[in-house]
Amino acid sequence: MIEGILIGLSTALSLTNILMVMVGCFAGTIIGMLPGLGPMTAIALMIPITYGFDPSTGLILMAGVYYGAVFGGSTSSILLNAPGIPGTVATAFDGYPMAQQGKAGKALAIAAYSSFAGGTISAIFLLVAAPSLSKVSLAFRSPDYFALMILGLTAISAFSSKGQFLKAMMMVVLGLMLATVGQDSLSDITRFTFNNMNLTDGISFVLIVMATFAMSEALTIIFRGKDPNRAAKQISLTELGSIKVNKEETIKMAKTIPRSSILGFLIGVLPGAGATIASFLAYGMERNYVNEEEKQKFGKGSVHGLSAPETANNAACSGSFVPLLTLGIPGSGTTAVMLGALLGFGIQPGPRLYQTNPEIFWSVIMSMYIGMVVLLILNLPLIPYIARILAVPRNYLIPLILFFSVTGIYLMSFNNFDIFLMIGIAVVATFLRLYDFPMPPLILAFVLGGLMEETLRRSLLISDGSPNFLWDRPITLIILLITVTIVGWQIFSTFRKKS
Amino acid sequence: MRISPTKFISLLFLVLSVFYLYTAYNIQVFAFDENAPFNARTFPIYLGWAGIILSSLKIILPEKITTEVNHKHLDYKSIIYLIIISLIYAAVILKIGYFISTSLFLFASYYFLGERRWGLMFILSFPFVAAFMYLLHGLLNIYLRDPFLKYIGVMG
Repeated sequence: MIEGILIGLSTALSLTNILMVMVGCFAGTIIGMLPGLGPMTAIALMIPITYGFDPSTGLILMAGVYYGAVFGGSTSSILLNAPGIPGTVATAFDGYPMAQQGKAGKALAIAAYSSFAGGTISAIFLLVAAPSLSKVSLAFRSPDYFALMILGLTAISAFSSKGQFLKAMMMVVLGLMLATVGQDSLSDITRFTFNNMNLTDGISFVLIVMATFAMSEALTIIFRGKDPNRAAKQISLTELGSIKVNKEETIKMAKTIPRSSILGFLIGVLPGAGATIASFLAYGMERNYVNEEEKQKFGKGSVHGLSAPETANNAACSGSFVPLLTLGIPGSGTTAVMLGALLGFGIQPGPRLYQTNPEIFWSVIMSMYIGMVVLLILNLPLIPYIARILAVPRNYLIPLILFFSVTGIYLMSFNNFDIFLMIGIAVVATFLRLYDFPMPPLILAFVLGGLMEETLRRSLLISDGSPNFLWDRPITLIILLITVTIVGWQIFSTFRKKS
Repeated sequence: MRISPTKFISLLFLVLSVFYLYTAYNIQVFAFDENAPFNARTFPIYLGWAGIILSSLKIILPEKITTEVNHKHLDYKSIIYLIIISLIYAAVILKIGYFISTSLFLFASYYFLGERRWGLMFILSFPFVAAFMYLLHGLLNIYLRDPFLKYIGVMG
């Protein structure tokens, strides 16, 4: 193994490859900041360019782009509450409030450190346990995935509802309803389109997230502009750009990172689960671990609340390489594009890759890791400048956020129906937010909706329509028992407060 | 009887869920799929019932935490202006192209939000959008459809 790591390192550390990873990180960060253009698109855009290079250089360029795009997504989440990809939605829960308190630089630095630490720990897991973990990813069946998604949705409702569990669950149902619009994945029957061709392909994630987060946030800021208690405050430039993390915050991060890394990596190993579920579950888990005083800070700029999803998100990204490299199964859209790129270079990932071509296996892993190191070195000095976006006066910042949201949608579809739909959803979301209906459960439900229906379909077909699949397998039963405990705890705490 | 805004929203959600459930029952499935354990209408039917149960519970159960919003402090005028500008922007983007519509949208939004520094408003609209388009189209090779710029020969 040591020999393999050294071969991988020597390939990755040549001057050309270092230059490539720097270019990749820079391009990836810019692309990732744009809504709708996440790591998957960023890597896909690079594929034609990499065909002119040798495989290792091409892979290193893509690694830089990949991590750059993930960091870019976190940046827009933290600064503008505009998460461009599902994996960075949970980052906005505490990152955005922290930035609004004038600590944008600090929030970005915590995100960068946490991502790096999560990536490092999971890279070690990948090196040590990749072949054996591939068995875990095969052990999960459809009922287990279905139960895992129910758990994820219940957890996010419980943790983001601020004591209003029913409101959060209503948002979950609304998110799932929106996810059913368009063609049914198996039969191609159109549902809830009302004969509108624009809805046949369903509603895009970017549209929903831009409407409920970025656009409705911008509208809420204007709406509450006259409210003396809630109007946006002006913040100092020095504080805004500072990336200094104090001792207390470092200790908090040090506690959060290991547990979120383990959870993120294990969730990432499961094909299809990926960074989104990992980041939401890590956020929920972290809230359970901290003391009552810290719990109250969640959603208001908690260090734990920012560090946990960022760590888990990156750890899951590395984890998703386990099924790709060891089984040849891409577990996410991004790894599917990576698989395409690897095949283009004549590399066939699968069970035999580790035995027959260990140098390729290791150089892929080392390229990914070096991409992460370079990203941290490159982006930390830039954070104070990036953070100054928030110092832009409200009269300019709000239209720019709207421009940013509309461009993201226009780039994807080039039609104006989606823009109208986004404005409509944003107006509804603004009123819902006004009365404390939380948006995160809606987003997670929307993201998981398709997969949830798919796993429920398979489970019910296998069990011939019987609900036995819910308790037939131990993994399913354990996950569902955790879900029941969370719901029970919510009901119990409601009655306790009443009495 | 005064109904709280939260309960009113829940009532609207109940109506939406009933409509959703009705539509779900009317989804046309293939004849051979009609009695299958799972077809295109199964999941939406579950969701419709879940929506009805949850919103009914919210309406029936007493409110533990009430959300108070002072409408006197809400800036309805600015938000209505901004929504109208956004709707006009969406309506014209395909006809007059991305560059002109986006620049005009930004300029008008700055104006309606109270900005009057004309020079800065101009720089942060027309040249800003041009630079953004160059970054996307020229440097990153990300296609940005603009029939107008294509017509005058600026874009390929």
